[in-house]
Amino acid sequence: MAHKVLIVDDSKLARMSVAKSLNNLRPDWTRIEATNAEEALALARQSGVDIALLDFNMPGRDGLSLAADIRALDPRIAVALVSANVQQEILDRASAVGATFLAKPLTEALIGAFLEDAEARLKAAGR
Amino acid sequence: MADGPTVLDEIELDALTELVNIGVSRAAVSLREMVGGQQVMLSVPNVVLVSRPEAVDLLGRQETNRLVAVHQVFEGDITGRALLIFPEANSLELVRAVTGGELSLEDIIELEQEALAETGNVILNGCLATIANMLRRRLKMSLPEVLRGRGPEFFELAPPPAAGDVVLFLYINFAVHDRDIRGYIAMLMDMPSLSALQQLLREFIERETGQPALRPDADA
Repeated sequence: MAHKVLIVDDSKLARMSVAKSLNNLRPDWTRIEATNAEEALALARQSGVDIALLDFNMPGRDGLSLAADIRALDPRIAVALVSANVQQEILDRASAVGATFLAKPLTEALIGAFLEDAEARLKAAGR
Repeated sequence: MADGPTVLDEIELDALTELVNIGVSRAAVSLREMVGGQQVMLSVPNVVLVSRPEAVDLLGRQETNRLVAVHQVFEGDITGRALLIFPEANSLELVRAVTGGELSLEDIIELEQEALAETGNVILNGCLATIANMLRRRLKMSLPEVLRGRGPEFFELAPPPAAGDVVLFLYINFAVHDRDIRGYIAMLMDMPSLSALQQLLREFIERETGQPALRPDADA
């Protein structure tokens, strides 16, 4: 089933990189992009998303705070927090808000594994 | 920075900022280990290319007190210097954090130089090695050296700077949880190195996006 994926990163390059992988892995899925937490939340409310990949270190609110808001919006949304900052507090907080932690630099294999897991969870949740 | 060197275009600067972000985030994980598992907080990096006088001015506007810098030379396709800069008043606190807090003030003072050099080494090496790996190049790093001053000294090290040298000034604040420790990272390189960096960034952008980086579209 085709899903809608939200990519949030203040770096255009990082968004383009994720978009390239998504396009290779799931060419029929829809992608939407945001550069910060507010924009991302507005998009998620407005158009509804199934999967979200969120950068951690962004100007304004960080990806963890956004992850919590997105999960509050709809707990069925599969959320990944993306960062090179693998400090325990961040891993713990990601897990506490129900987000999967993905280490930067991202690889297609890493994104692929997350998407498979997300698909399985979405299916189980009836989406 | 209207009068500063504007050599890198928007997507190249974006790519460089992202590389720095990943490099520093990884270095923070190492610093965390050094300070006994205290969380290390990082700001969003702000990367600007400025001339040496502008870099001195920028630093001077943020910091009025004496500073300490740990300095390393890197050599390879890109040659330059990397500096980890923080207020001198934080220095003993940093040493106390990395030595575990069991030492007397006398011992801490004796160990200060060595502990600063080692901390700088871990952060700068961690950051530069990550960036070099992602650019698929190797950089050779010199041993760290500790400098003290108010800023201008750090940007005018021997050999004398060539005209047109640029400073890649990375403002990234790092702060250690529950400790009064914070600082900045700066990199200095000359114009030929900046051109080499630009080429490596273009190759990196092409690999990451699958699109040639020579004519990037200009939206934000």
